[in-house]
Amino acid sequence: MSLNIGLEIKHTVLCIRLDGELDHHTADELRSKVDDILKNKKIEHIMLNLEGLDFMDSSGLGVILGRYKQIKSNNGEMVVCAISPAVKRLFDMSGLFKIIRLEENEEYALQTLGVA
Amino acid sequence: MKNEMKIQFSALSQNESFARVTVAAFIAQLDPTVDELTEIKTVVSEAVTNSIIHGYENSSDGIVYIEVLLDEDTVKLTIRDKGVGISDLNEARQPLFTSKPELERSGMGFTIMENFMDEVEVISEPSYGTTIHLTKFLAKNKAVIN
Repeated sequence: MSLNIGLEIKHTVLCIRLDGELDHHTADELRSKVDDILKNKKIEHIMLNLEGLDFMDSSGLGVILGRYKQIKSNNGEMVVCAISPAVKRLFDMSGLFKIIRLEENEEYALQTLGVA
Repeated sequence: MKNEMKIQFSALSQNESFARVTVAAFIAQLDPTVDELTEIKTVVSEAVTNSIIHGYENSSDGIVYIEVLLDEDTVKLTIRDKGVGISDLNEARQPLFTSKPELERSGMGFTIMENFMDEVEVISEPSYGTTIHLTKFLAKNKAVIN
Protein backbone atom coordinates (compact mmCIF):
# COMPACT_ATOMS: atom_id res chain seq x y z
CA MET A 1 0.00 0.00 0.00
CA SER A 2 1.23 3.46 -0.73
CA LEU A 3 0.12 7.02 -1.18
CA ASN A 4 -0.73 8.79 -4.42
CA ILE A 5 -0.17 12.51 -4.10
CA GLY A 6 -2.08 14.77 -6.49
CA LEU A 7 -0.80 18.34 -6.64
CA GLU A 8 -2.36 21.19 -8.57
CA ILE A 9 -2.00 24.95 -8.31
CA LYS A 10 -5.15 27.03 -8.82
CA HIS A 11 -4.25 30.73 -8.74
CA THR A 12 -2.40 30.90 -5.41
CA VAL A 13 -4.04 27.86 -3.83
CA LEU A 14 -2.11 24.59 -3.65
CA CYS A 15 -4.60 21.73 -4.05
CA ILE A 16 -3.35 18.51 -2.45
CA ARG A 17 -5.37 15.36 -3.16
CA LEU A 18 -4.37 12.23 -1.25
CA ASP A 19 -5.21 8.72 -2.31
CA GLY A 20 -4.09 5.69 -0.27
CA GLU A 21 -2.39 5.49 3.11
CA LEU A 22 -0.70 8.31 5.01
CA ASP A 23 1.72 6.99 7.64
CA HIS A 24 5.29 7.75 8.74
CA HIS A 25 6.70 6.19 5.56
CA THR A 26 4.52 8.09 3.09
CA ALA A 27 4.47 11.30 5.17
CA ASP A 28 8.14 11.92 4.30
CA GLU A 29 7.35 11.87 0.57
CA LEU A 30 4.36 14.17 1.01
CA ARG A 31 6.43 16.61 3.07
CA SER A 32 9.23 16.90 0.49
CA LYS A 33 6.85 17.25 -2.50
CA VAL A 34 4.76 19.96 -0.86
CA ASP A 35 7.76 21.82 0.54
CA ASP A 36 9.33 21.88 -2.90
CA ILE A 37 6.27 23.69 -4.30
CA LEU A 38 5.96 26.06 -1.32
CA LYS A 39 9.60 27.02 -1.82
CA ASN A 40 9.41 27.63 -5.55
CA LYS A 41 5.88 28.88 -6.25
CA LYS A 42 3.79 31.72 -4.92
CA ILE A 43 1.32 29.84 -2.72
CA GLU A 44 -1.08 31.58 -0.39
CA HIS A 45 -3.43 28.84 0.81
CA ILE A 46 -3.61 25.04 0.92
CA MET A 47 -6.69 22.97 0.10
CA LEU A 48 -6.33 19.39 1.30
CA ASN A 49 -8.75 16.87 -0.20
CA LEU A 50 -8.73 13.59 1.77
CA GLU A 51 -11.52 11.84 -0.11
CA GLY A 52 -9.31 8.94 -1.26
CA LEU A 53 -7.42 8.53 2.02
CA ASP A 54 -8.01 4.98 3.31
CA PHE A 55 -5.72 5.16 6.33
CA MET A 56 -4.00 7.77 8.43
CA ASP A 57 -2.13 7.75 11.75
CA SER A 58 -0.43 10.34 13.97
CA SER A 59 2.41 10.74 11.46
CA GLY A 60 -0.23 12.13 9.08
CA LEU A 61 -1.36 14.60 11.74
CA GLY A 62 2.26 15.69 12.13
CA VAL A 63 2.87 16.34 8.45
CA ILE A 64 -0.44 18.19 8.05
CA LEU A 65 0.29 20.32 11.11
CA GLY A 66 3.76 21.10 9.74
CA ARG A 67 2.35 22.36 6.42
CA TYR A 68 -0.27 24.36 8.29
CA LYS A 69 2.48 26.14 10.25
CA GLN A 70 4.30 26.99 7.03
CA ILE A 71 1.26 28.43 5.29
CA LYS A 72 0.15 30.20 8.46
CA SER A 73 3.52 31.93 8.80
CA ASN A 74 2.69 33.68 5.51
CA ASN A 75 -0.80 34.55 6.76
CA GLY A 76 -2.36 31.84 4.62
CA GLU A 77 -5.07 29.35 5.45
CA MET A 78 -5.44 25.59 5.25
CA VAL A 79 -8.81 24.03 4.45
CA VAL A 80 -9.47 20.29 4.63
CA CYS A 81 -12.35 18.61 2.83
CA ALA A 82 -13.99 15.25 2.10
CA ILE A 83 -12.70 13.67 5.31
CA SER A 84 -13.70 10.14 6.38
CA PRO A 85 -15.14 9.44 9.86
CA ALA A 86 -11.96 7.53 10.86
CA VAL A 87 -9.65 10.39 9.87
CA LYS A 88 -12.03 12.92 11.42
CA ARG A 89 -11.68 11.13 14.77
CA LEU A 90 -7.91 11.69 14.73
CA PHE A 91 -8.36 15.37 13.84
CA ASP A 92 -10.87 15.74 16.69
CA MET A 93 -8.60 13.94 19.17
CA SER A 94 -5.64 16.18 18.40
CA GLY A 95 -7.59 19.45 18.30
CA LEU A 96 -6.55 20.15 14.70
CA PHE A 97 -10.01 21.52 13.82
CA LYS A 98 -9.34 24.46 16.12
CA ILE A 99 -6.82 25.73 13.58
CA ILE A 100 -7.71 24.01 10.30
CA ARG A 101 -11.09 24.67 8.72
CA LEU A 102 -13.18 21.69 7.57
CA GLU A 103 -15.47 21.89 4.53
CA GLU A 104 -17.68 19.21 3.06
CA ASN A 105 -16.30 19.14 -0.48
CA GLU A 106 -13.54 20.50 -2.64
CA GLU A 107 -15.74 22.82 -4.69
CA TYR A 108 -17.00 24.63 -1.62
CA ALA A 109 -13.56 24.62 0.03
CA LEU A 110 -12.06 26.31 -3.03
CA GLN A 111 -14.92 28.85 -3.17
CA THR A 112 -14.17 29.92 0.40
CA LEU A 113 -10.55 30.49 -0.62
CA GLY A 114 -11.64 32.74 -3.48
CA VAL A 115 -11.11 30.20 -6.27
CA ALA A 116 -14.23 29.46 -8.30
CA MET B 1 -9.99 -21.24 21.78
CA LYS B 2 -6.67 -19.42 21.89
CA ASN B 3 -4.87 -18.59 18.69
CA GLU B 4 -1.61 -16.74 18.42
CA MET B 5 0.91 -15.49 15.89
CA LYS B 6 4.29 -13.80 15.99
CA ILE B 7 6.17 -11.76 13.43
CA GLN B 8 9.42 -9.87 13.46
CA PHE B 9 10.82 -7.50 10.88
CA SER B 10 13.50 -4.86 10.28
CA ALA B 11 12.83 -1.42 11.74
CA LEU B 12 12.15 0.15 8.35
CA SER B 13 9.33 2.59 7.67
CA GLN B 14 8.16 0.61 4.63
CA ASN B 15 7.30 -2.24 7.05
CA GLU B 16 4.72 -0.13 8.95
CA SER B 17 2.09 -0.90 6.34
CA PHE B 18 3.10 -4.60 6.30
CA ALA B 19 2.74 -4.77 10.10
CA ARG B 20 -0.74 -3.27 10.36
CA VAL B 21 -2.12 -5.16 7.34
CA THR B 22 -0.73 -8.49 8.63
CA VAL B 23 -2.16 -7.99 12.13
CA ALA B 24 -5.52 -6.94 10.64
CA ALA B 25 -5.59 -10.05 8.42
CA PHE B 26 -4.99 -12.30 11.46
CA ILE B 27 -7.69 -10.58 13.53
CA ALA B 28 -10.22 -10.69 10.68
CA GLN B 29 -11.16 -14.26 11.73
CA LEU B 30 -12.89 -12.80 14.83
CA ASP B 31 -15.16 -10.85 12.48
CA PRO B 32 -14.46 -7.41 13.96
CA THR B 33 -16.36 -4.32 12.84
CA VAL B 34 -14.75 -2.02 10.27
CA ASP B 35 -14.17 0.54 13.04
CA GLU B 36 -12.48 -1.99 15.31
CA LEU B 37 -10.20 -3.09 12.49
CA THR B 38 -9.29 0.52 11.69
CA GLU B 39 -8.52 1.17 15.36
CA ILE B 40 -6.26 -1.87 15.61
CA LYS B 41 -4.45 -0.99 12.37
CA THR B 42 -3.91 2.54 13.67
CA VAL B 43 -2.46 1.47 17.03
CA VAL B 44 -0.14 -1.06 15.36
CA SER B 45 1.06 1.73 13.11
CA GLU B 46 1.62 4.03 16.11
CA ALA B 47 3.57 1.50 18.17
CA VAL B 48 5.70 0.27 15.24
CA THR B 49 6.46 3.84 14.18
CA ASN B 50 7.52 4.63 17.76
CA SER B 51 9.90 1.67 17.75
CA ILE B 52 11.44 2.75 14.44
CA ILE B 53 11.77 6.48 15.13
CA HIS B 54 12.34 6.56 18.87
CA GLY B 55 13.42 3.05 19.91
CA TYR B 56 15.92 2.49 17.13
CA GLU B 57 16.32 6.15 16.15
CA ASN B 58 15.86 5.29 12.47
CA SER B 59 18.64 2.70 12.41
CA SER B 60 17.45 -0.19 10.24
CA ASP B 61 19.57 -2.74 12.14
CA GLY B 62 16.83 -2.95 14.76
CA ILE B 63 14.12 -5.60 14.83
CA VAL B 64 10.48 -4.97 15.78
CA TYR B 65 8.58 -7.90 17.35
CA ILE B 66 4.81 -8.29 17.28
CA GLU B 67 2.75 -10.95 19.01
CA VAL B 68 -1.00 -11.25 18.65
CA LEU B 69 -3.12 -13.46 20.88
CA LEU B 70 -6.79 -14.03 20.15
CA ASP B 71 -8.77 -15.39 23.08
CA GLU B 72 -12.51 -15.59 22.45
CA ASP B 73 -13.35 -11.98 21.53
CA THR B 74 -10.28 -10.45 23.11
CA VAL B 75 -7.32 -9.25 21.06
CA LYS B 76 -3.99 -8.95 22.88
CA LEU B 77 -1.18 -7.25 21.04
CA THR B 78 2.42 -7.07 22.19
CA ILE B 79 4.76 -4.78 20.27
CA ARG B 80 8.37 -4.81 21.38
CA ASP B 81 11.72 -3.35 20.47
CA LYS B 82 15.22 -3.62 21.90
CA GLY B 83 15.93 0.05 21.39
CA VAL B 84 16.92 2.96 23.59
CA GLY B 85 13.87 2.80 25.85
CA ILE B 86 11.83 5.66 27.30
CA SER B 87 13.33 7.53 30.26
CA ASP B 88 10.14 9.33 31.36
CA LEU B 89 7.00 7.32 30.61
CA ASN B 90 4.57 9.81 32.13
CA GLU B 91 5.93 12.57 29.94
CA ALA B 92 5.89 10.35 26.83
CA ARG B 93 2.20 9.51 27.36
CA GLN B 94 1.08 13.15 27.60
CA PRO B 95 -1.04 14.24 24.61
CA LEU B 96 0.98 16.33 22.14
CA PHE B 97 4.27 15.61 23.90
CA THR B 98 7.07 14.65 21.52
CA SER B 99 10.78 14.23 22.03
CA LYS B 100 11.32 14.85 18.32
CA PRO B 101 9.48 18.05 17.30
CA GLU B 102 12.10 18.63 14.58
CA LEU B 103 10.75 15.54 12.80
CA GLU B 104 7.23 17.02 12.90
CA ARG B 105 5.97 14.31 15.21
CA SER B 106 2.48 15.14 16.45
CA GLY B 107 2.94 13.64 19.93
CA MET B 108 -0.38 11.81 19.59
CA GLY B 109 0.83 8.20 19.37
CA PHE B 110 0.17 7.10 22.95
CA THR B 111 -3.03 9.17 23.14
CA ILE B 112 -4.37 7.33 20.09
CA MET B 113 -3.42 3.95 21.58
CA GLU B 114 -5.23 4.85 24.82
CA ASN B 115 -8.32 6.02 22.95
CA PHE B 116 -8.55 3.07 20.57
CA MET B 117 -7.73 0.21 22.95
CA ASP B 118 -9.28 -0.93 26.24
CA GLU B 119 -5.97 -1.50 28.04
CA VAL B 120 -2.53 -0.04 27.39
CA GLU B 121 0.53 -1.08 29.36
CA VAL B 122 3.98 0.28 28.58
CA ILE B 123 7.10 -1.30 30.02
CA SER B 124 10.32 0.47 29.21
CA GLU B 125 13.83 0.57 30.47
CA PRO B 126 16.53 2.84 29.07
CA SER B 127 18.93 0.88 26.81
CA TYR B 128 16.88 -2.35 27.09
CA GLY B 129 13.92 -1.34 24.95
CA THR B 130 10.19 -0.88 25.14
CA THR B 131 7.32 -3.36 25.28
CA ILE B 132 3.73 -2.24 24.75
CA HIS B 133 0.82 -4.50 25.70
CA LEU B 134 -2.45 -3.48 24.08
CA THR B 135 -5.78 -5.20 24.75
CA LYS B 136 -9.06 -4.75 22.96
CA PHE B 137 -12.37 -6.44 23.74
CA LEU B 138 -14.31 -6.73 20.51
CA ALA B 139 -17.90 -5.50 20.49
CA LYS B 140 -19.57 -8.92 20.67
CA ASN B 141 -18.06 -9.17 24.14
CA LYS B 142 -19.37 -5.78 25.21
CA ALA B 143 -22.96 -6.34 24.07
CA VAL B 144 -25.26 -6.20 27.08
CA ILE B 145 -28.61 -6.08 25.29
CA ASN B 146 -29.66 -9.05 23.21
